[in-house]
Amino acid sequence: MDNSSQLAQYILSGLSNGAIYALIGFGFAIIHNATGIINFAQGEFVMLGGMLTIFFLVFLQLPLVPAIALAITLATVVGIVFERLAIRPLKNAKPLSLIIITIGASIFLRGAAMLIWGKDTHALPPFSGNDPLYIAGATILPQHLWIFGISILIIILNKAFFNFTITGKAMRACAYNSYAASLVGIDVKIMVLLSFVISAAIGSMAGIIIAPLTMTSYDVGIMLGLKGFIAVIIGGMSSGLGTVLGGLLLGLLESLGAGYISASYKDAIAFIILLLILFVRPEGLFKKKETQRV
Amino acid sequence: MFKSIWRIFFALVITLLMAGSVIAAPPPIKIGALFSVSGPAAPLGEPERNTAQMLVNEINKAGGIKGRQLELIVIDTQGDATKAVQGVNKLIKDDKVVAIIGPSTTGESMAILNIVEKAEIPLITCAAGSKITDPVKKWIFKTAQNDILAVARIFEYLKKQKINKIALLTVSDGFGSSGREQLVLQSKEAGFQIISDETYGPKDTDMTAQLTKIRGGEAQAIICWGTNPGPAIVARNVKQLGIKLPLFMSHGVSSKKFIELAGDVAEGIILPSGRVIVANQMSNKEPQKKKLLSYINSYSKLYNVEGDHFGGHAWDAMMLLKGAIEKGGDNPAAIRDQLEKTKKFAGIGGTFSYSPQDHAGLTKDAFVLVQVKNQAWTLVK
Repeated sequence: MDNSSQLAQYILSGLSNGAIYALIGFGFAIIHNATGIINFAQGEFVMLGGMLTIFFLVFLQLPLVPAIALAITLATVVGIVFERLAIRPLKNAKPLSLIIITIGASIFLRGAAMLIWGKDTHALPPFSGNDPLYIAGATILPQHLWIFGISILIIILNKAFFNFTITGKAMRACAYNSYAASLVGIDVKIMVLLSFVISAAIGSMAGIIIAPLTMTSYDVGIMLGLKGFIAVIIGGMSSGLGTVLGGLLLGLLESLGAGYISASYKDAIAFIILLLILFVRPEGLFKKKETQRV
Repeated sequence: MFKSIWRIFFALVITLLMAGSVIAAPPPIKIGALFSVSGPAAPLGEPERNTAQMLVNEINKAGGIKGRQLELIVIDTQGDATKAVQGVNKLIKDDKVVAIIGPSTTGESMAILNIVEKAEIPLITCAAGSKITDPVKKWIFKTAQNDILAVARIFEYLKKQKINKIALLTVSDGFGSSGREQLVLQSKEAGFQIISDETYGPKDTDMTAQLTKIRGGEAQAIICWGTNPGPAIVARNVKQLGIKLPLFMSHGVSSKKFIELAGDVAEGIILPSGRVIVANQMSNKEPQKKKLLSYINSYSKLYNVEGDHFGGHAWDAMMLLKGAIEKGGDNPAAIRDQLEKTKKFAGIGGTFSYSPQDHAGLTKDAFVLVQVKNQAWTLVK
């Protein structure tokens, strides 16, 4: 194995992890832009996606596709219930109290998952085989292609939704100024609810497509949620290209750091990046003059 | 209305009277148990708790020890050393137990050693780290096989295969670092060359970076030391990177769960294990076989899953304790002395012989090498 193929492997591994971070980051961005809060239960949607799919697949013996569809639906319902019961009743609360509520909700969801499904780790079978594919001396699994494909699809759909549909434009209007939006007849409450729906769906989708690789258990949401958070911070809370680049950058740095420095510092690298960004460029790396939020 | 209240009152009185009659019987022998029933080490602590409880119920049903019932007081340490320390203090001071079994992990065990030594209560831990009984501490015994023995078993096999360049991939927790220490130490003695020495975090979900490095080197075999789910991810990553080197794991993953998690990428992986997962394949002459089969059966009848070797550590601890109490009574000092005199006790983890110089009690024979074939464990001969 020569050095170039080793480098290619680090880059590929990094990018595939990065795509996952970006997807999770999206969920943060969408809710933040609609409500101004950071939803720390985002990682729990990721966990729910994976765990619910395994639940439907293994315990109810459903085929893979309906199991995935049901899992996303149910995770989205959890997102709706969460918004209705925990966020909406406190209309005039400060963002800080709402953020603390989301932390509470994440602990609750994790605990509930532990009670329902136990503490074991579960593996989802890969969507299409386990045989590695060779690209430029590096290898990836078919599952990685699924991750790339679905991520790109979600990114495009997202862009199209926010730029070309009335509802998407209305959500962006809420993000700019919710009071003004309500004056022109946009139902802000519905938009907030919708932001929870979208991010729960994207989060659970992310949890499902990575479960065959990383496996899943009741507590996977913590670390993945934090990594997604770092991605969205690098991307400056945008739900567009910024977060995608943020996620990919994070994945790459982690993988190269683990390869060339030491794997023991993998998580440390991620959190050092988070701190640096927060200190030096809290508005995100890619934010120029006026970037669109939402 | 009033009638029903009277009824409840009488029911209460009768219950209280019955409770009184229980108190009048000889007091139960109190045994403390510290297991990480929840938290990251739950796959260890849960079968341990279940096994200990099952045995206590069986013993009590059969009339107890010399007519006295056993009472098991279980504390869930959640794999947390601080909680283990709080728990052990409660067991010793509040519950006044005569002996303690557990904890489940090496880190927790190390944290409570001094407290137990000072209180002079015998402790039989179910953790594997060799540091626990090396050097020997007067009141501390253990039932889990030392990682020294597990490493020795693997190296013996590697020598037979004429492999002497190895790559290590160990988890950065108590279990992994203790294993790594032994791997490095014994490879020096055995003349093995360590080509790469990598670690990963217990919660990591991708080890391709470390394995890419290993793939770039000239190692002839990879040894991974960790507990679920890390090693299953390592097995997947090895397959993903197209690495063809033989992969060895530790006894930390010798349960059905590992095969379940790793799926078909587990094929061919070799690891040292207690005999419990290959009990059926043992020859009838081996003294452990009967006990192994009966343990597996009664456990699966009660809990609907197969008993594994973690539960086996608790089985050994409980039965060793039972033997000691039968011989010496329920005085902590007498229990300790009797434990130390245990000779050739065929348990789940191996055949135990304690002595004043050895509180681990097992030899290399406690391990066999097993290989995953067709999604099941097979004995490597």
